Amino acid sequence: MNNVFAVSGIVIKELYRRKDFYVLFILTIVICLVMASVNIYNDNQIIRYLKELCLLLIWVSSLVIAITTTARQIPAEREQRTLLPLLAKPLSRTQLIFGKFLGCWLACGLMLICFYVFFGALAASREHAWPLLNYFQAAFLHWMTLGVVIAFTLLGSLVFAAPSSNSTICFVIVAAILCVGRYLDVVALSRPEPVRSIIWAVYYAIPHLEIPFEMRNLIVHDWPLVDWKFIALDALYLLAYTAAFLVAACLVFRRKAVN
Amino acid sequence: MNPPRTLFLLLVALLVLCFGLAAGLLPRFRALEKGRHQSGNFFILLLGDSSRIFANSAFDEADAYYHSGYYPTIYDNKAAFETPHIAEDTGAVASHNQGEETAFMGPPRDWIDAFGRNFIPNRHTHLDEGGASGDLSGSHEVEEILPWLKLSAELDPDNVRTYVVTAFWLTHLNQIPLAELVLRQGMQNIPDNPQLLFELGRIYFENYHDSTRARNIWEAALRDWEKQTGDAPLSEKLKLDNAHYDSRFIYEQLQANLALLEEDAGNYDAAIARWNLDKLASPNPDNVQKHIDDLKQKQTAH
Repeated sequence: MNNVFAVSGIVIKELYRRKDFYVLFILTIVICLVMASVNIYNDNQIIRYLKELCLLLIWVSSLVIAITTTARQIPAEREQRTLLPLLAKPLSRTQLIFGKFLGCWLACGLMLICFYVFFGALAASREHAWPLLNYFQAAFLHWMTLGVVIAFTLLGSLVFAAPSSNSTICFVIVAAILCVGRYLDVVALSRPEPVRSIIWAVYYAIPHLEIPFEMRNLIVHDWPLVDWKFIALDALYLLAYTAAFLVAACLVFRRKAVN
Repeated sequence: MNPPRTLFLLLVALLVLCFGLAAGLLPRFRALEKGRHQSGNFFILLLGDSSRIFANSAFDEADAYYHSGYYPTIYDNKAAFETPHIAEDTGAVASHNQGEETAFMGPPRDWIDAFGRNFIPNRHTHLDEGGASGDLSGSHEVEEILPWLKLSAELDPDNVRTYVVTAFWLTHLNQIPLAELVLRQGMQNIPDNPQLLFELGRIYFENYHDSTRARNIWEAALRDWEKQTGDAPLSEKLKLDNAHYDSRFIYEQLQANLALLEEDAGNYDAAIARWNLDKLASPNPDNVQKHIDDLKQKQTAH
């Protein structure tokens, strides 16, 4: 386990040395502050449009950081020829995969804390309220979702040749799930066989990342807390997909030539 | 050839050319003047005619905010949301909604859909009635729809509905001068519009309690309505079909409000005449006739 933490520590350090997070964080702050300065019929209490924009930017930024950071982990080790010396140490391939995953996931968790603290401050500046538990639920499921995305990208980095192609494919798949994942069954109904069965199969096979993504509406419009039972179930559902992708990544990596 | 003379002739030729160009271009510039307010609009400059599509999306987003996010998507049954409720509730826009607004989602399609509904707004609420919290003291939260209405008006300055709805909700928030300003801004972009005039009259009647000015504005609105609907007979203009639906609605509203003004002033003959015209456009002519009969009785009693 120490090996896993050691690898993950390096990944976290790498993230805070890179500029991606700072650029996206500052960009989110600037866009939100500019939008907050817009005068809307002299009313200073209007906040929901800002909350929606801020949450959307947080989701986009977090996905960009999670996918781009994860996609370059293993290819970078291979290009810099550090993969073989790393595996020559008492470190198994499975530990390396888990270490890379854990590092990216924890780094994304730290990033989410920064983003959600800013979001809370922005909302509180006009609402004068701190629905901390609601924010915690949203941030927690957001982090769980990023876990699935990171595991999937890690698997992609072992399957696809270049980080750029892997990133692009991951972005397209994640965006498609977030936009139409919930309605694939409706789309299937209007299609003839065998397309209908294929879409149904895809609908049941994909991780429904849109469930936490659509939770933004509950935060934006001040809905009450979601039952903790459902939060736990969704977290388990997402963890199951994360585990499945990680196991697949380990299996692929075990058979892959590292030189 | 004498050079000074040549130069002089050249100068005269240039002056004639300048004068001719000015005379030719001036009418064209004046014709462009009308569209100048639009070309100054950043969104129209950027998006062209497609800005209207975005304006409609912004308006729908305002309605989604009014429902605290409980709103049908393109995959859901939108029959109960054909006319956005923020517009329907103003009473100044004809409603085309059908069916039950609380059940657009239908029963859960499968376990994923059933589970996912715990993470989205799943109850029909209106912001002016407390929204998701149901707390009536928070009815001022309806202000949250204003950014989207403002954006919609910026994207499509020629849409009457946006000004009417914005003015109504500003009035609801007790921002009367701002509501009037929005309507006057609309009248600048869309002159002689009966619907905008009707709303302006309503502000003068209900908020400024200025019946005389309200009457003048509503009568002007009726004149504009007649101008817009052309020379066809009244029965043709008020025909019961979808093409005349909104036109009938605004005519009925104008006549009804003018009739009520006449009633308040004790002018029963004028009020009955207005109600008779209102009856032609009313969806419930029997009720209007009953009211006319009551008025006639009141008149004889006086």
